Amino acid sequence: MCACVCHPTDATLQVDISDALSERDKVKFTVHTKSTLPNFKQNEFSVVRQHEEFIWLHDSFVENEDYAGYIIPPAPPRPDFDASREKLQKLGEGEGSMTKEEFTKMKQELEAEYLAIFKKTVAMHEVFLCRVAAHPVLRKDLNFHVFLEYNQDLSVRGKNKKEKLEDFFKNVVKSADGVLVAGVKDVDDFFEHEKTFLLEYHNRVKDASAKSDRMIRSHKSKNQLHFRTETQQVSCSPDRKFFLKVSELFEKTRKIEARVAADEDLKLADLLKYYLRESQAAKDLLYRRSRSLVDYENANKALDKARAKNRDVLQAETSQQLCCHKFEKISESAKQELIDFKTRRVAAFRKNLVELAELELKHAKVKGLVTVRSR
Amino acid sequence: MCVCVCVCVCVQSGPASLPAEDISTNSNGPKQDSLFDDDPEDLFAEATEEVSLDSPERDVLLSDGPSPAITPITPPTSVITPRIGLAHDDMFTHSSFDEIEEEEGGDSFDIHIAVSDPEKVGDGMNAYMAYKVTTKTSLSLFKTDEFSVKRRFSDFLGLHSKLASKYLHIGYIVPPAPEKSIVGMTKVKVGKEDQSSNEFVEKRRSALERYLMRTVKHPILLKDPDVLQFLESSELPRAVSTQALSSAGLLRMVNKAADAVNKMTIKMNESDAWFEEKQQHFENLDVQLRKLHASVESLVCHRKELSVNTAQFAKSAAMLGNSEDHTALSRALSQLAEVEEKIDQLHQDQANADFYLFSELLGDYVRLITAVKGVFDHRMKTWQKWQDSQLLLQKKREAEAKLQFTNKPDKLQQAKDEIKELEGKVQQGERDFEQISKTIRKEVSRFEKERVKDFKTIIIKYLESLVQTQQQLIKYWEAFLPEAKAIS
Repeated sequence: MCACVCHPTDATLQVDISDALSERDKVKFTVHTKSTLPNFKQNEFSVVRQHEEFIWLHDSFVENEDYAGYIIPPAPPRPDFDASREKLQKLGEGEGSMTKEEFTKMKQELEAEYLAIFKKTVAMHEVFLCRVAAHPVLRKDLNFHVFLEYNQDLSVRGKNKKEKLEDFFKNVVKSADGVLVAGVKDVDDFFEHEKTFLLEYHNRVKDASAKSDRMIRSHKSKNQLHFRTETQQVSCSPDRKFFLKVSELFEKTRKIEARVAADEDLKLADLLKYYLRESQAAKDLLYRRSRSLVDYENANKALDKARAKNRDVLQAETSQQLCCHKFEKISESAKQELIDFKTRRVAAFRKNLVELAELELKHAKVKGLVTVRSR
Repeated sequence: MCVCVCVCVCVQSGPASLPAEDISTNSNGPKQDSLFDDDPEDLFAEATEEVSLDSPERDVLLSDGPSPAITPITPPTSVITPRIGLAHDDMFTHSSFDEIEEEEGGDSFDIHIAVSDPEKVGDGMNAYMAYKVTTKTSLSLFKTDEFSVKRRFSDFLGLHSKLASKYLHIGYIVPPAPEKSIVGMTKVKVGKEDQSSNEFVEKRRSALERYLMRTVKHPILLKDPDVLQFLESSELPRAVSTQALSSAGLLRMVNKAADAVNKMTIKMNESDAWFEEKQQHFENLDVQLRKLHASVESLVCHRKELSVNTAQFAKSAAMLGNSEDHTALSRALSQLAEVEEKIDQLHQDQANADFYLFSELLGDYVRLITAVKGVFDHRMKTWQKWQDSQLLLQKKREAEAKLQFTNKPDKLQQAKDEIKELEGKVQQGERDFEQISKTIRKEVSRFEKERVKDFKTIIIKYLESLVQTQQQLIKYWEAFLPEAKAIS
């Protein structure tokens, strides 16, 4: 189900989402953990979590200075059933205007769509947890353990307006900073290369993701039509048998096309979306590193100034050493993280592209057979 | 195989006793160079020749054979009746029976018309497109086997209006001509050589070709001198009355409005359930076809949109592949981009097929059904005329009866003369009505057969194009798969 390839899960900590319940305006995930680690009270347990609690966990990682040198696994997107719910509502309203058959058919389709969105959001939340569990450092995080084990409500309230505004300003500052920092050429070749690469890659992935979304959406809307075309064929003429066969054919190909669009969505669009988020997280890592580099350089300058004025030298020295230490720690782990990122990315793309091609082939062959047989 | 069955049924049906007066009422019938005299014996001899000449058409005719709904009053050979007007019809069927069996090569209709080479003639607002109309045929109706002429759009419209005025009111379904499009033509005239005006010209060319083929498929229309002149003669008098803003055009519009009003006021006593059922059937068909047409048009739209989006995605994937620094993955992504581009092209081609095969056909039939409904309306009008003259006759008779008791011999004579005249009119009205009903029955069954055949052929072609698309898709993805697997 994962859009990415997690590190092979070992017995010490396995996390998955065993169940999920969709209520009117929220989704309740049942997070199931199997672990041999001593810090947990039991070996196997489950808790119920909501989306906000995932976000809380993610944010706690981001705000933790100790993790500045790691790519924080991107937070899962909010479950969005609005569009699907709207469609179901519209269908309910229009019930009178179509035949019973049409109504049940459309209802089934919309329900299948709802189910697909539901499955996707479950998968994305699961991927997030998998990544955290697979990360050698993050998996030991206390908040993470609390998240997994504490079977009461974490009473994490969503951010209120003030906090959202704060976040917004933080992001603005960050992007302004990011521009400044990006201008600074890095001494280390590896990081310089990674920086340019990531910037460009991120933009292009964003573009590709948007375009693939659009493509798949128009694929889906094209499919809606065939539906009505075929029902009309039937009442069209005295040569009933022939036209019935044709309309059956159209219905079958339409179903197959729907599967094609769904598969494309899963393998291609989701892949791109996920890597959009991950490349953003990688960019954030680079940003943090650059920030710490700037801090380090500032500390150096302050130290020089202090030495020149012969004032607060000790303080400046400790601060400089701290910055240096931080910077080096970040650089080291960042290097490893980025290499891992690349490996993961290549593997994920490979898996998904292969699966995409195989599925497209399968569907095209089936469609071909169906059409030929009806001739 | 249809042919045999139907022919059997014909033979079994009793001889149609067609009044010999049919031939004299040629004023209503198709204007033709009468190839036949009124001499029965000569007719008989020439008629057998006629039959073998037209055998391919006879195939079409006879295969219309009476379905259970049509009563045996209408032997398929009655199409030839207005020309020959003979009760020897069943003898024809006998003699031609063998020939038909031999000719059972099917519906090989031995005339083919192509409209091609649209050429812009003239400049500015007086410019027009001239199309080359090429006819290939082995029918001896024409002077040569292959010939071509240059025609412009208004010529086609002129042909249609002539045929309509001659045949519609006696119940023949005359195929409607393609519609005028002031916007489209103005673009072409102004000289914009862009995609949309090219598409417009192509659409029109294809529509004109279908129109001509449909017209000549009709056995009566094929022999019409106007049609022959249209196909053969190099110079054609300009049909001015087809202009939208001419006086003739305005007159047409006024007539249409008047007809619509009349239709609402005529209350016909339908004695024949067949007609009622058929009219209902055509109403339903009309609605269904329009809906289907709309659906197919939006399908074409969506497919075009899909193709645009696929092309954009392909470009984006190529860029992504460029920036990817892992070589194998980069190559795979570029391959993906290529595959998607090819798929986009496929989508475009499919959209064209959707359009040209399906959508245009549906549009044609929507217009054809309007013509069919028009024919039914004419029947109603004929009935009305008959009823009116009957009423008038009755009034005159009453008036005459009254006059009997007054002493005005000259007025009485006048009344008697009028009555005689009216009686003739009434009889004529009744005959007209029966004639048109008969013709309509035949036309409708021919129309239905053609329609089913048309739809079947087009759908099969469409399916073939779908199969092609699928096979191409398979090829593309199969080529991509090893590339994807090669990523390490």
